[in-house]
Amino acid sequence: MKELRLMKGNEAIAEAAIRAGVDGYFGYPITPQSEVLEYLMLQKPEERTGMVVLQAESEVAAINMVYGGAGAGKMIMTSSSSPGISLKQEGITYIAGAELPCLILNVVRGGPGLGTIQPAQSDYFQSVKGGGHGDYRMIVLAPFSVQEMYDFVETGFDLAFKYRTPVMVLSDGAIGQMMEKVEVGEQKQRLSNEQVKERCPWATTGKDANRERNIITSLDLDPQQQEDFNHHLQAKYKEIEEKEVRFEEIQTEDAEYIFVAYGTSSRICQKSVQLARAKGLKVGLLRPITLFPFPSKRLLELSKQVKGILSVEMSAGQMIEDIKLAVECNIPVEHFGRMGGIIPSPEEVVEALEQKFL
Amino acid sequence: MTEEIIIAGFGGQGVLSMGKIMCYSGIVQGQEVTWMPSYGPEMRGGTANVTVIISDERISSPIISEYDTAIILNQQSMDKFESMVKPGGTLIYDGNGITRHPERKDISIYRVDAAAEAAKMETTKTFNMIVLGGFLKIKPIVKMENVIAGLKKSLPERYHHLIPVNEKAVNRGTEIVQEMQKA
Repeated sequence: MKELRLMKGNEAIAEAAIRAGVDGYFGYPITPQSEVLEYLMLQKPEERTGMVVLQAESEVAAINMVYGGAGAGKMIMTSSSSPGISLKQEGITYIAGAELPCLILNVVRGGPGLGTIQPAQSDYFQSVKGGGHGDYRMIVLAPFSVQEMYDFVETGFDLAFKYRTPVMVLSDGAIGQMMEKVEVGEQKQRLSNEQVKERCPWATTGKDANRERNIITSLDLDPQQQEDFNHHLQAKYKEIEEKEVRFEEIQTEDAEYIFVAYGTSSRICQKSVQLARAKGLKVGLLRPITLFPFPSKRLLELSKQVKGILSVEMSAGQMIEDIKLAVECNIPVEHFGRMGGIIPSPEEVVEALEQKFL
Repeated sequence: MTEEIIIAGFGGQGVLSMGKIMCYSGIVQGQEVTWMPSYGPEMRGGTANVTVIISDERISSPIISEYDTAIILNQQSMDKFESMVKPGGTLIYDGNGITRHPERKDISIYRVDAAAEAAKMETTKTFNMIVLGGFLKIKPIVKMENVIAGLKKSLPERYHHLIPVNEKAVNRGTEIVQEMQKA
């Protein structure tokens, strides 16, 4: 029988981690995501599954613990909110450079700097364009409900291990703090050391007599080898762009205008679609579920059907750049957003659509 | 059916837990629910509010700017949320500490003097359950038996002996709620 719970987004992702058989979580508290660590500590996962949960001395320490655990082929995750994620960037680019799987949760708050503790979506560039140095990408999943906060733990780890890449769950303060109904899955066993060796032949699991030693590093001083490695990474990102795009469409079939929005903004926009339709406007919504890879192909198709796109983001306009690239100047693309921790109202979004296009 | 509710008052009045119990009750009867609290700096100033949406369908925006029902438990919340009730909607308030009573003519207004009643019952902590009872009398969106099931789910087991007291408080709320104005 399915088990239903009422949970905060932050609690749901923590429970999902235990049930998915995650081996380790390393983090450092920051509003609005401290419940992840608090929930994990209260649940005593070391007793439930043997999962290690540790409050590190800093975000920098936490991400480097992730690097170490992931190098050993374990399922490892961390979480933070915007200022803390900035601190983790060095570790993230090393993890991408060493081709290690892991899950990183960002419960975004308003910035820049320490900013505010309220929800925002102003870390889009940092997440999808590579917040650290070097030519790397992360798969970025954008949950729009507490259920997806739960579900994206397994989805995220599946993708992380399939492509040996860090995966980010890009959430925000609203989804982290709100409670909704969640269907929780079965408790899975953590993998045994033998299973880890089989799944991750590249991991530092202890060298035995019949294999070469495995080395986890992002350093290669030979330029030709480094270029070859970069080509390999780019080929991997291209494959991800071809195979892993996820999105949802709401009432786009007959739409003349569409909103493009992810996460909390996409929830607001669902209501805006209802309000606009009640006024007789043919409006739909495309919700990217993966931000990298971005649903560019579908947007290009839609640009031949619709008259205009309104990108709705809780930022000054970041995702709009990817929409503009996708539609190849076929139609006008405009931005509407609020910043600094303010969530736009569904009515405001409809007004913005009317002002910009009608 | 979709009911969009704001519950607002002082921190410590049980605003957030009242919302949680409503949500649990909704889940028990197979509905969709969202519970969106204020967690920002205003919370640190002593006021607390939560938006609760209970619906038979998938819920779109968890953040809204007008409500079917406002449950108001202090003056600051009255000042902030009275104007945000939909025309024809419902406002329920506790008169305790209210200096400016609601003035809108286009909404239904009910009063449930839960603070005074909780003091009389000598169970001041069940204040929020009396308010909940008043609300459910006006808007029976969740069944009473599911409220008790919701209470069981939201309270840790060590507090389950308090369920009968809470049940009594909910029932008392249904008795004492008074209609002040019909929209």
